[in-house]
Amino acid sequence: MTDEADNNGYQLSFVPKEAGTLQVTLAGNWKIHHSLPSSSELENELSQHPEIQRITFDTDAMADWDSALLTFLVQLGELAKEKNIQLDQTALPEGVQRLLKLATEVPERKGAKRTASADPFLARVGNKATAAAGSATEALTFIGDATLSLLRLLRGTAQFRFQDLTLTIQQTGAQALGIVALISFLVGLILAYIGAAQLRQFGATIYVADLVGLGMARAMGAMMTGIIMAGRTGAAFAAQLGTMQVNEEVDALETMGISSMDFLVLPRMLALIIMLPLLCLYSDLFGILGGLFVSITVFDLGAIEYLNQTQKSLSITDFTVGLINAAIYGVLIAIAGCYHGIKCGRSSAAVGTATTSAVVSSILLIVVATAFLTVIYDVLGI
Amino acid sequence: MAEPQIAQTNTEPDAHIEVRDLTMAYGSFVVQRDLTFTIRREDIFIIMGDSGCGKSTLLRHMIGLMRPAKGRVLYEDKDFWAATPEARKTFMRNFGMSYQSGAMWSSMTLSENIGVPLGEYTDLSASEIREIAKLKLSLVGLSGFEDYYPSEISGGMLKRAGLARAMALDPDILFFDEPSAGLDPLSSRLLDDLILELRDSLGATVVVVTHELASIFTIGNNGVFLDAEKKTMTATGDPKKLRDEATDPKLHAFLTRGEL
Repeated sequence: MTDEADNNGYQLSFVPKEAGTLQVTLAGNWKIHHSLPSSSELENELSQHPEIQRITFDTDAMADWDSALLTFLVQLGELAKEKNIQLDQTALPEGVQRLLKLATEVPERKGAKRTASADPFLARVGNKATAAAGSATEALTFIGDATLSLLRLLRGTAQFRFQDLTLTIQQTGAQALGIVALISFLVGLILAYIGAAQLRQFGATIYVADLVGLGMARAMGAMMTGIIMAGRTGAAFAAQLGTMQVNEEVDALETMGISSMDFLVLPRMLALIIMLPLLCLYSDLFGILGGLFVSITVFDLGAIEYLNQTQKSLSITDFTVGLINAAIYGVLIAIAGCYHGIKCGRSSAAVGTATTSAVVSSILLIVVATAFLTVIYDVLGI
Repeated sequence: MAEPQIAQTNTEPDAHIEVRDLTMAYGSFVVQRDLTFTIRREDIFIIMGDSGCGKSTLLRHMIGLMRPAKGRVLYEDKDFWAATPEARKTFMRNFGMSYQSGAMWSSMTLSENIGVPLGEYTDLSASEIREIAKLKLSLVGLSGFEDYYPSEISGGMLKRAGLARAMALDPDILFFDEPSAGLDPLSSRLLDDLILELRDSLGATVVVVTHELASIFTIGNNGVFLDAEKKTMTATGDPKKLRDEATDPKLHAFLTRGEL
């Protein structure tokens, strides 16, 4: 291969022959490293000479070829078929002829090709609305099934393995202690810092103990724990169950007559219902410690003073409120995580989507639930 | 529409599974229509067809994973899809399904995988279950791998493990989705022998989706051929008779691997 041939790449020219025949001269190097010839030149040529009924080839001056030539010839072939022009392939290299035959042997399957359709705006809005209604129904069905599963457990007829529950408890509870402690400590610290800075102006610094204690026990303990667990465990459940869907493991359970709700969702739901209140208490403790730390280092309160004040301001009701919230968050996180996991599509990208949706849904549900619960507690006067 | 060719098999009338006028579709895309065939007791029934014609989809319709767009699936004359979900679950407990990729539960060892159906549906103790799991694994040639996780074994071994799990409860009906795909010729032959043995000793009815001609002729005594282009079945009966008497050129090409 000489340098000039490399630089020049391919050469394409048309030589009209006797009546109605066009000779396509292919010369040079038809390789994909150079450039891919397009059939537009040929199209122009054919439209200028509509009387052409036959195409022949001249490949004497052709050096090297690869898929670039094949692609061009396939396009040419389609063009010729459209215009009912006969192709005489005899002058083409044998290898090319064989490959062209192979490429056209299995006809395109009818109905397989997908066309990109651009629906009008109203149609898209309509489609999205019906899809949203559909997924709302699915979600409600899932919640219903989960409730039935819980009832089956209470009756002792659930297809449930105790070892799955203990394993999930360990993963969701025991392994979360570190991060819950750290974040709760810092939240308590932040609450105390902001609160005390204001209270100091009124000489009421001691009441920071109330602020941190009530804040953590009633709201922040449960909420911070809920959000941590939504990100940590909600995502984990969605990813686990989503991957199981992709691998047909959920199908395998169903065909064995084992309810995937009982086997997969129930242990996860129970584990969170048990662990979230416990973690909430744990979080309350560390939050109060965080407040204590700031109060004695920055705001010159005494440790005993702070703890006494905390004890005076808190009642069992406050802790109960936090624990009830936490239990409810547990249910919500488990349902969101498992629902998105089981609903997952059959590809790895779908697992990512399921995980994201699970975390976002969990956090949204937690905040909405908190809003409702706060109003209810207010009405009940708790 | 051309009538499907029916090769006469022996005349025992004992129908175990019947499919009547089944149409399978994903939304508005029809995969196959008007499928009607009968699987008798202790048949080894082969579902054949081109790639992508809907063989695995047919299997999913028969085992309860996909609802038919039209038509019925009957098990011992009872309409499967007309039954309540609980009733269907009762049917499904008598099935053993082996998936194309094994579908082993990845968080459990092979022994634990097999132990799940045993634990659910029998009152055996944990050690007894372990013994049975060991037996099933040795039947498929995986002795010694009881405590391995699915991610730690090869694809071919996963398939065999999936088979062992399908056999855990000695079911009446076994469904195999491409059991020999990815197995070396000798393992494929051992698998064929195993399937024949299961039919002879347990009296199981076996439904197999496969391309392997050697297996089809060795073990199959009944079958159906699905045509991807026509989207319907073109023949049913004993594969060997279909090969010898085939009138449809596509079926003939399939069964003779293109030889004339």
